[in-house]
Amino acid sequence: MDNESQYSGYSYKSSHSRNSRKHRDRRDRHRSKSRDGSSRGDKSVTIHAPGEPLLDTESTRGDDRDDNWGETTTVQTGTSEHSVSNEDLTRVSKELEESSPLECRRFLGPGLGAVLGLFALVTPLAFLALPQLLWREALEPCGTPCEGLYVSLAFKLLVLLISTWALFLRPPRATLPRFYVFRCLLLALVFLFVASYWLFYGVRVLEPRERDYRGIVGYAASLVDALLFIQYLALVLLEVRHLQPAFCLKVVRTTDGASRFYNVGHLSIQRAAVWVLDQYYSDFPVYNPALLNLPKSILSKKSSGFKVYTLGEENNTNNSTGQSRAMIAAAARRRDNSHNEYYYEEAEMERRVRKRKARLLVAVEEAFTHIKRLQDDEPAASSPKHPREVMDPREAAQAIFAPMARAMQKYLRTTRQQPYHSMESIINHLQFCITHNMTPKAFLERYLSPGPTLQYQRENTMGRQWTLVSEEPVTSALSKGLVFSLRRLDFSLVVTVTPLPFLHLGEEFIDPKSHKFVMRLQSETSV
Amino acid sequence: MKGPLSYLQPGRNTKVSDQSETMSFIPGQPVTAVVQRIEIRKLRQGEHLILGFSIGGGIDQDPGQNPFSEDKSDKGIYVTRVTPEGPAEVAGLMMGDKVMQVNGWDMTMVTHDQARKRLTKKNEDVVRLLVTRKSLEQAVKHSMM
Repeated sequence: MDNESQYSGYSYKSSHSRNSRKHRDRRDRHRSKSRDGSSRGDKSVTIHAPGEPLLDTESTRGDDRDDNWGETTTVQTGTSEHSVSNEDLTRVSKELEESSPLECRRFLGPGLGAVLGLFALVTPLAFLALPQLLWREALEPCGTPCEGLYVSLAFKLLVLLISTWALFLRPPRATLPRFYVFRCLLLALVFLFVASYWLFYGVRVLEPRERDYRGIVGYAASLVDALLFIQYLALVLLEVRHLQPAFCLKVVRTTDGASRFYNVGHLSIQRAAVWVLDQYYSDFPVYNPALLNLPKSILSKKSSGFKVYTLGEENNTNNSTGQSRAMIAAAARRRDNSHNEYYYEEAEMERRVRKRKARLLVAVEEAFTHIKRLQDDEPAASSPKHPREVMDPREAAQAIFAPMARAMQKYLRTTRQQPYHSMESIINHLQFCITHNMTPKAFLERYLSPGPTLQYQRENTMGRQWTLVSEEPVTSALSKGLVFSLRRLDFSLVVTVTPLPFLHLGEEFIDPKSHKFVMRLQSETSV
Repeated sequence: MKGPLSYLQPGRNTKVSDQSETMSFIPGQPVTAVVQRIEIRKLRQGEHLILGFSIGGGIDQDPGQNPFSEDKSDKGIYVTRVTPEGPAEVAGLMMGDKVMQVNGWDMTMVTHDQARKRLTKKNEDVVRLLVTRKSLEQAVKHSMM
């Protein structure tokens, strides 16, 4: 067990540096869109806080990791754990200056909307208040009708306030590449509306110092009515229109072919993309690059087979095309048996996984029998000979992790999941399961099947960067036969749109008395 | 002569050997079978003309209950009983035969009642049946080998 922990400790440390390099590479690549990729050549290393996953789950190159981990343990250029180099400083400052426009952009749209909304809500009150403040003496008193209008105005404003809060004041979850057409339309409408009301107010009321207060109150009430109707329009356009399903989207991941079908309503391409990504994070199994390719042992056999010898020829240029053509022809004629080997390799792999899984199950079951929950009424120390120390969940988890660690690690290695689960995360999960009285099987469900991508995410305020690739402009509506794709660094999702079929639903009435049965005939007639 | 292989004697029992095929029925394809031509003279008993056998089957009947058919979805007309020393037995009809034609009328796709009517027409004295049975096919195979 000691050897085990040391070994895993090394791989963790190496992968920290690898992790940070990946982060840095990704940021560099992103930055190079605006600059000229000058920062790509950096080779410095940052140290992140321990406890992060071994690799960022979405941009991994599993093959690299296995080959190179030995090198990165020994090489650390220019930094030690406790010092910050000059390169770090410059890079950090670059990051800060670059990330702030992103962060601001995220809140720009809603901020504008909030300002406009507030302005629109305050306007009726201003309409009412201004005459009172400016020429109070000259106003005609208005009795009961005004009070009725006051009450209705107050309630309508309250309703507007609550519904605006409920519908629109939500933190935005995505930044879209183009303007969100409906929202812009509505904001423009509200602005025009309120502006025209102010215009009329200024010309008709403020200038001549209108004395009919009831008319002014009625004017303010009509503004509030109109705002309510605009909000109804907003509700329909932004929220309700896309609820009724109209299209079926097929989403396929390019790297391993995982696909899903979803039903959506009438949306623009960018909104549909956001919706698809929401579903992607919880439906699709996590992308594991280690599981993609056929083992090299199978594929490489294709290329071997024929060696071409040149017998005393000196002119190589003529020969090379002849050689390659001959090799291709020979390879085509030769019978290809690699499918056979693939089949056996698959069977062998499956057998290995099952064996490891069985060992893991047994180890975990046994480990779970070592602890039990202390009931409240039991005395903590049952007898002086066998004192039982009371542990909190974390300690209990660490105590029972030891016997199952080896089996767990072997299983994760066989299924190539070890990048996603660090020792720390396994112990955390174990602690969580113990606290909630889960059985060993419930503890293992996280490891036995690849979960959705969301399960492996970390808290990240930077957000995920996706690129929407489409031939049509992204604000156009979904239509039949449209294809767009959402690209990430190492894989992409291709989305195909098909309309849902129109249904002709007919009716058939069956009289309950019409269900009658007879025995089948078998008669014999003599002739 | 009642043997199925009597090519050389034209008469009642000449066999019409079509292509040898199984008795199962493929929808849409012509039915081929090895048949035997049997001519039965009706016997007058009282005021009825009888033939001396019983039939079962038909497209309105349950084919699964037919003990004589090979294919339990065959809805043809089968001979279920032959009265001993009756005109049918004299003519060479055997129990288990499937009746393919009666006087030129098809019997493979008829209801039980239609079959009965075809066989018991009052103005006919003689009925000429084409019947088939499994042993006919086997005999043809043996003779060809």
